[in-house]
Amino acid sequence: MRLAYYSSSSGNTARFVARLGLPAERILPGAPPRMTDPFVLITPTYADGEGRGAVPKPVIRFLNDADTRGHLMGVIAGGNRNFGEAFGLAGDVIAAKCGVPCLYRFELAGTAGDITRVRQGLDRLWTQIRSTAA
Amino acid sequence: MKDFAPRPVARAINWNRVTDDKDLEVWNRLTANFWLPEKVPLSNDVQSWATLTDDEQQLTIRVFTGLTLLDTVQASVGAPALMADATTPHEESVLANIAFMEAVHAKSYSSIFSTLCATEEIDAAFRWAEEDPHLQAKAAKILDDYAPGSDPLKKKIASTFLESFLFYSGFYLPMYWSSRAKLTNTADLIRLIIRDEAVHGYYIGYKFQRGLERETEARRAEIKDYAFSLLFELYEIEERYTAALYDGVGLTEDVKRFLHYNANKALMNLGFEPLFPDSVTDVNPAIMSALSPNADENHDFFSGSGSSYVIGKSVATEDEDWDF
Ligand SMILES: Cc1cc2nc3c(=O)[nH]c(=O)nc-3n(C[C@H](O)[C@H](O)[C@H](O)COP(=O)(O)O)c2cc1C
Ligand SMILES: [Fe+2]
Ligand SMILES: [Fe+2]
Repeated sequence: MRLAYYSSSSGNTARFVARLGLPAERILPGAPPRMTDPFVLITPTYADGEGRGAVPKPVIRFLNDADTRGHLMGVIAGGNRNFGEAFGLAGDVIAAKCGVPCLYRFELAGTAGDITRVRQGLDRLWTQIRSTAA
Repeated sequence: MKDFAPRPVARAINWNRVTDDKDLEVWNRLTANFWLPEKVPLSNDVQSWATLTDDEQQLTIRVFTGLTLLDTVQASVGAPALMADATTPHEESVLANIAFMEAVHAKSYSSIFSTLCATEEIDAAFRWAEEDPHLQAKAAKILDDYAPGSDPLKKKIASTFLESFLFYSGFYLPMYWSSRAKLTNTADLIRLIIRDEAVHGYYIGYKFQRGLERETEARRAEIKDYAFSLLFELYEIEERYTAALYDGVGLTEDVKRFLHYNANKALMNLGFEPLFPDSVTDVNPAIMSALSPNADENHDFFSGSGSSYVIGKSVATEDEDWDF
């Protein structure tokens, strides 16, 4: 099981992933990585005023690869509660389009509590997936 | 004589050559967010206003006057001061947009007042704002950093703290009323302001990070120290301001949790780690859902206790960017 993430030049999601301390594949605008094993995606939200375009373009290009998409197990969304109903909307959009659960939402680069909950959650998820696979 | 003074070439802004993509992205978001207070049916709150006690009304008017002061500072001093340090012409344009929107924010509090309050009450609150030592202290701290010739990075720190931290002792109250089904139209207007402030704090914090990268390690350490000590000073003022306003209604402790939570976000906008531990940022959930209605309805797998991993059904897509 792996992680893939996107972070723009403001770097919040990258700082979140660095503090998680787990190996993770960065999605860069140029050539998106191809995932060959089950993975969880971490992405910020960038919607317009109407909630459109919530999922960053490089993430869409990454998910357009059917093989990669087939290995997606869930999504964790970054954002900011100040965006009201659009808080972490990228998580809902990807969950609906790819048929995977939105596992968690966090604000900006995440707090210590977010890091703990995501580490524990990922552990729990890996265990469940391994036991259903066995 | 004056013809001899060399002056830089006057340059027209070219939006077809953007050197920092964030300038265009944020410009697009800010212009898409544009709103005016006339769009919000504030008069629907007149009845609700009448259900507040005299003390609650006075508190609300003072809180909004305090917010007006910060928006005024940001519109007429803060954003223009940042413009002088802009590294791209597009950044100047974004800051011009921010300055204008702060003026809209400041004016929208006057719309709330003229809808809900009597002239004498409004005038009294503006006098209070000029005399309140805590409100004046926080404005003075920020204005010190905005003074001409002061360090561009320190200006951005002060500005990010204003946008992402200092407003929140005030924003708490309309979120609190809204969670009790009071002044809900006013809360809708405040939520528009809160959304704008998120983009402002994000953008100024982002430009701060770009500027900080170009500095030596020693300067970076100095600037980081400065940011944290300014936050501590502002926090002490905010504590006193909060107690003076909210002790009477018994909300001080909950407002402080909201302050801690937002101070962390201000630090993150600057690229620093959050400071306050989760044990003191546990804001009343009713306030959190007033801030982002419906966002917590779907219980995410990692947050919900005992919820299990369920694979959903994927939906067909209509957007051209998604191929599948
Ligand atoms: C133009 C713009 C639009 C945004 N829209 C949303 C949004 O709709 N919902 C949300 O929760 N956060 C929104 N955000 C906040 C970002 O998701 C948040 O700052 C995130 O931490 C950015 O991650 P990054 O620094 O890794 O790119 C927006 C930020 C910007 C600058
Ligand atoms: Fe404002
Ligand atoms: Fe602002």
